[in-house]
Amino acid sequence: MVHWTAEEKQLITGLWGRVSVEECGAEALARLLIVYPWTQRFFDNFGNLSSPTAILGNPKVRAHGKKVLTSFGEAIKNLDNLKGTYSKLSELHCDKLHVDPENFRLLGDILIIVLAAHFTKDFTPACQAVWQKLVGLVAHALARKYH
Amino acid sequence: MVLSAGDKANVKAAFGKIGGQAEEYGAEALERMFATYPQTKTYFPHFDLGKGSAQVKGHGKKVAAALVEAANHIDDIAGALSKLSDLHAQKLRVDPVNFKLLGQCFLVVVACHNPSLLTPEVHASLDKFLCAVGTVLTAKYR
Repeated sequence: MVHWTAEEKQLITGLWGRVSVEECGAEALARLLIVYPWTQRFFDNFGNLSSPTAILGNPKVRAHGKKVLTSFGEAIKNLDNLKGTYSKLSELHCDKLHVDPENFRLLGDILIIVLAAHFTKDFTPACQAVWQKLVGLVAHALARKYH
Repeated sequence: MVLSAGDKANVKAAFGKIGGQAEEYGAEALERMFATYPQTKTYFPHFDLGKGSAQVKGHGKKVAAALVEAANHIDDIAGALSKLSDLHAQKLRVDPVNFKLLGQCFLVVVACHNPSLLTPEVHASLDKFLCAVGTVLTAKYR
């Protein structure tokens, strides 16, 4: 059973309120594909991923990044029930998409860096700690239905 | 994991821009690592890990100096960090998983203080570099 203090919840929702889901999502996914290029294996139908510039400008990457981060927003609305929130998505990622859960951890780490670059000094160590906890739990929830 | 010529150039340029702030970055990376991954504190039972700790600052300086040294000898990181590699294998024996955690925190520090420096390409190169350093430091473990 996950436990969030009031302070932790505030650090999450406070920051999230200032995030552009579209921009942040696009950047996080693009960086995932650039920094860990083997993750491109899931996106054969995305067109041109041949260079960082191509990836950053790719409209499918932008759209999918927005989709992923929108889903993250759902988790933030349901911090006390991440397992329930991600149950169907977990099955999807296992049975249909065949994504190694390690990729969720990689994306989580990238998201942290994107947030750090965006919020700079506001992204305090306490803030980072809470957000790393959150991305870890989201990754765990997404992996939970794997078999 | 091989560092391309482009990666090496990116890393050298990045550390050039970071310059003298590397020491502070090292200390803050440690502070963030202890806050975010509390299990890493188990390697420092002899340290005061409170805010502003002189010991953490001092250790951050050492960590940063090693990264700068590696960046300055990027064609032979194993040679540059050979003694540190021995130390980690024989004495410190920090579990290999922890180097990734410190690496993540170092990238976060760079992002917080110097976001314009951390373009996706530089991010990728620095991540590879930090991986390479971790690999060297654990190379003699067994």
